[in-house]
Amino acid sequence: MKVRVDDDKCQGHARCHALAPEVFDVDDYGHSIVRDDGLVPEGYQEKVDLAIANCPEFAITELEVRP
Amino acid sequence: MDPAYIEDPFTIWDKLRVTCPVAHTDRRGGAWLLTTYDDVSKAAHDIERFSSLEVGVIGAEEGEPDPLLPYGLPPISSDPPLHTWTRRLLLPWFSHTRIEEYEVLTRDLCRRQIEGFIGEGHADAAVDYAQQIPVRIIATILGVPATLSDTFTGWVRDVLEFADEKERAKSGGDAIVMYMIEQLELRKKDPQDDLISELAHTIHDGEAIEDGVILGMAGLVLIAGIDTTWSAIGSSLWHLAQHPEDAARLVAEPELMDSAVEEFLRIYSPVTMARMVTLDTEFHGCPMHKGDKVLMNFPAANRDPEAFERADEVVLDRAHNRHVAFGSGIHRCAGSNLARMELKVALEEWLRRIPEFHLAEGARVTWAGGQVRGPRSLPVVF
Repeated sequence: MKVRVDDDKCQGHARCHALAPEVFDVDDYGHSIVRDDGLVPEGYQEKVDLAIANCPEFAITELEVRP
Repeated sequence: MDPAYIEDPFTIWDKLRVTCPVAHTDRRGGAWLLTTYDDVSKAAHDIERFSSLEVGVIGAEEGEPDPLLPYGLPPISSDPPLHTWTRRLLLPWFSHTRIEEYEVLTRDLCRRQIEGFIGEGHADAAVDYAQQIPVRIIATILGVPATLSDTFTGWVRDVLEFADEKERAKSGGDAIVMYMIEQLELRKKDPQDDLISELAHTIHDGEAIEDGVILGMAGLVLIAGIDTTWSAIGSSLWHLAQHPEDAARLVAEPELMDSAVEEFLRIYSPVTMARMVTLDTEFHGCPMHKGDKVLMNFPAANRDPEAFERADEVVLDRAHNRHVAFGSGIHRCAGSNLARMELKVALEEWLRRIPEFHLAEGARVTWAGGQVRGPRSLPVVF
């Protein structure tokens, strides 16, 4: 699966980075940047679910894996 | 402010959330009080209708603005565009990389504080511990001497806790500005590695930043970074003093500390901010008028059962926690990373040395409320 962060919604709470640092990096302004084009490595689904459920801005969405 | 309300505002907010979620009071010049997660979140994002030009909970600013602070304390007391660029200058000082540097300092500070009183078998966890930590880290960021910590703390309390007492609040505010003017002049001539120096030597839009903006930004860092985090640390210790089972669990399962910190932030959110309505409008069915004050009750939003299961319980391993203790939208607390680290380190170090403690018998725990809520005296024994 893939995830994306909506740049207009992200306000730099950095909760996703705290919960799934393997998937979400963070810049000096606190804004989230998805690693590896948002591709979630195997075994990290649960962490990503937590990141989504803890984002106060509802800025993270799951995308279907494209063939 | 009514001491009973400061000690337990939650029962009132819970009632209001059901009966009158957007409540109006005529006290203190009038204000709307939002109590649901949804409303607080909506208003925080609606910067067109809800301006940050007036963010003080207590007392409406009357008359001319302070000539030394023509923009208040940007970015918190500003809307875009001033908000945008001033915030961008502040944020890197609170980035993850910086926080890692401050963590070493914080841990050392916590350890030294504890060593100072552990032999006594008792301490005031608010005065001797919580209150001593954030002020010193903020002093480091600003580049001002930590030896003046008590003075800084006094000024900030005058401004926030005694906003009701106009003279006292004004003298605290004036003292901060005068001190910052002096520091700014020093750094214009002799820049150091600190926030004030950087601002003094930053070119924005082809020009040096106005002194009034720099003084506001430096004042903001001092005011916003001290009693907010100290309140969060104090409230968390107040909880643990009365819930030894939670303290024991955190000692046994230290990996829960991250979610516990978020949970303490949710249930004991210290900060409420205000907004000013920019036009006659309707919000959640209520007629609001231009100039009305709206209280962004983040603490009440964080106990909304529509947004949180078991909203009034402390659940140390709560997995889903979208709390807004640091606000949401463009005014998300710029120091949230710092606050989280300080709270976590303060609790870790306390529990490492003092795993078992409780409120002193007959202890009188006193609270500050309003803009920032937290214990101001917290006698514990261990």
